[in-house]
Amino acid sequence: MFVRGLKRKCFDGEEDIEGTLAGIKAIPSYNLQRQSLLDMSLVKLQLCHMLVEPNLCRSVLIANTVRQIQEEMTQDGTWQMINTQSTGQASLDRLVSTDILCRSSRDSAEGKHVPAYGTFNKDFESDQAQDRTETMSTASSVQAPRNLQSNVWEMENPQENKGNFQKSLDQIFETLENKSPNSVEDLFSEVDNSYYDLDTMLTGMMSNTKMGHCDSLETFSPPTNTASNSNCKSDLSDLDHIVEILVES
Amino acid sequence: ADIISTVEFNHSGELLATGDKGGRVVIFQQEQENKTQSHTRGEYNVYSTFQSHEPEFDYLKSLEIEEKINKIRWLPQKNAAQFLLSTNDKTIKLWKISERDKRPEGYNLKEEDGRYRDPTTVTTLRVPVFRPMDLMVEASPRRIFANAHTYHINSISINSDYETYLSADDLRINLWHLEITDRSFNIVDIKPANMEELTEVITAAEFHPNSCSTFVYSSSKGTIRLCDMRASALCDRHSKLFEEPEDPSNRSFFSEIISSISDVKFSHSGRYMMTRDYLSVKIWDLNMENRPVETYQVHEYLRSKLCSLYENDCIFDKFECCWNGSDRQVEFSALYIVVMTGSYNNFFRMFDRNSKRDVTLEASRENNKPRTVLKPRKVCASGKRKKDEISVDSLDFNKKILHTAWHPKENIIAVATTNNLYIFQDKLN
Repeated sequence: MFVRGLKRKCFDGEEDIEGTLAGIKAIPSYNLQRQSLLDMSLVKLQLCHMLVEPNLCRSVLIANTVRQIQEEMTQDGTWQMINTQSTGQASLDRLVSTDILCRSSRDSAEGKHVPAYGTFNKDFESDQAQDRTETMSTASSVQAPRNLQSNVWEMENPQENKGNFQKSLDQIFETLENKSPNSVEDLFSEVDNSYYDLDTMLTGMMSNTKMGHCDSLETFSPPTNTASNSNCKSDLSDLDHIVEILVES
Repeated sequence: ADIISTVEFNHSGELLATGDKGGRVVIFQQEQENKTQSHTRGEYNVYSTFQSHEPEFDYLKSLEIEEKINKIRWLPQKNAAQFLLSTNDKTIKLWKISERDKRPEGYNLKEEDGRYRDPTTVTTLRVPVFRPMDLMVEASPRRIFANAHTYHINSISINSDYETYLSADDLRINLWHLEITDRSFNIVDIKPANMEELTEVITAAEFHPNSCSTFVYSSSKGTIRLCDMRASALCDRHSKLFEEPEDPSNRSFFSEIISSISDVKFSHSGRYMMTRDYLSVKIWDLNMENRPVETYQVHEYLRSKLCSLYENDCIFDKFECCWNGSDRQVEFSALYIVVMTGSYNNFFRMFDRNSKRDVTLEASRENNKPRTVLKPRKVCASGKRKKDEISVDSLDFNKKILHTAWHPKENIIAVATTNNLYIFQDKLN
């Protein structure tokens, strides 16, 4: 639906995402705007800059926005009417296209003076027919956010860093196609608090709760720890190595 | 790396420190006033430059720790040397800046260049004397306060007891003693047991200017909490909670983001505090928690552009704010208070509390010749643009003024654009 090079049209009163409910045409427009806001937010959560820890405040605010949209969609009933067909392909396009949108605006924000407005104008009006497929594909992309949140804060988590955002993005796509919420949960649950504990222990923070975890880390007994470490990617070998040293000592 | 990330005058106003993204601190010193030229105040020239923080690599998390200086705070001067605290995301350092303008000459056992003399050639004794030399300004790190923050430090604030200070990151606030680097007390901790439940972070914190057991911290949800350290060791329960109820007519998906407070500053008297959120500056009376006493709109014309600003991440920009100098706040036996904050397109705004007037000025070399009076600017929100007005769509969102500072005694202000520092003063007649 969103082809590169396709000229985007301006909305009248481009800015107001609330829109008005006047007219039937306006109603799907609001939903679509909301949907694209949701997609944009998800992409923002994923596209964190990997060498440096992402800004926690920004991540929290974006995640809260995602949650708000989700809640509203649930209340609206937009949620229920979605048929969870496997529209992996469509959702991929959507996320990628939003990515293109975000990237182009970011690039332009980098050095040149380019007005920010007008970039958030989707070419929805010309593709009314596609509305249904788009709303249907929302299910897949929206299921991810809840678990994405945990993925984000555990920023201290090694999973997102080291330029691995592409990998985690792939995981999202994979899970979207598989359509099994459990696996999604498992996928993100492995990135659990144990990293924090290792973190806080080694940075010398004094806190009772953390001390308890430290003990368990040293004896390496809790299943979560082993699970997480065994599921670590190859480039987490540094962390593995350090943990091994701790255990052996 | 030359992007300015913090600006701060010292307590006398004679020195102005800036920190940048490359971890450097540059200190400017005001020239002594020339009695014959009473129509200008002294200019600020570079006094000292030093590398405060270096980039580090956290091997455990495989992440870089940026050397960008987030905040600088000066200590009040106690002796000939000056002291300041500078911090990056993880480590706070106490720097001593001292002058050396004399050096000893005439040692008996050493030559002037430092080589030792053969003792057998020494036939007379002399007393070494101090001789003047070119002024040298040296900066040396006296204390390093490290390893106490898991998250990114956003604020430091020196207590009015001048012995302790606080440092705040996204989820915790720690209390330090300036002499002790291996211990700090955690006084606020809002980290949830389950990080998935995290919905709010700490955005700024400051000690009260007069009461050494009182401090405030602001959050990403637009609340300010005032805490009293005498109440308990861990100040997780606030003494006061300042929050303005949301205006339902302005509600949007971006309401929470724009309510996030980016800066909080007590007034010099300690009676009021000022907060900056994305679109406005609010003045709060510490005695009234349910709403601010004043609200100033900084760039209300951006409210309809929030979606685009969200997309290009500008909505997350953290603007600071400042009060005018303390001496000025009580002038002509009336309170004379002005607050200042930055905006886009290299604009900055000032609000005069008494006259309720406000002005928009621009920090730009192209548009202002040196030593000329700044021309007020106006942004045209919609409709027909008048001459000399700038339309919202032609604002440059890459030119943002996030950091400003006001001289503690005079009407001199320092305004930082992305790469440049501007110093303005009011016209003296």
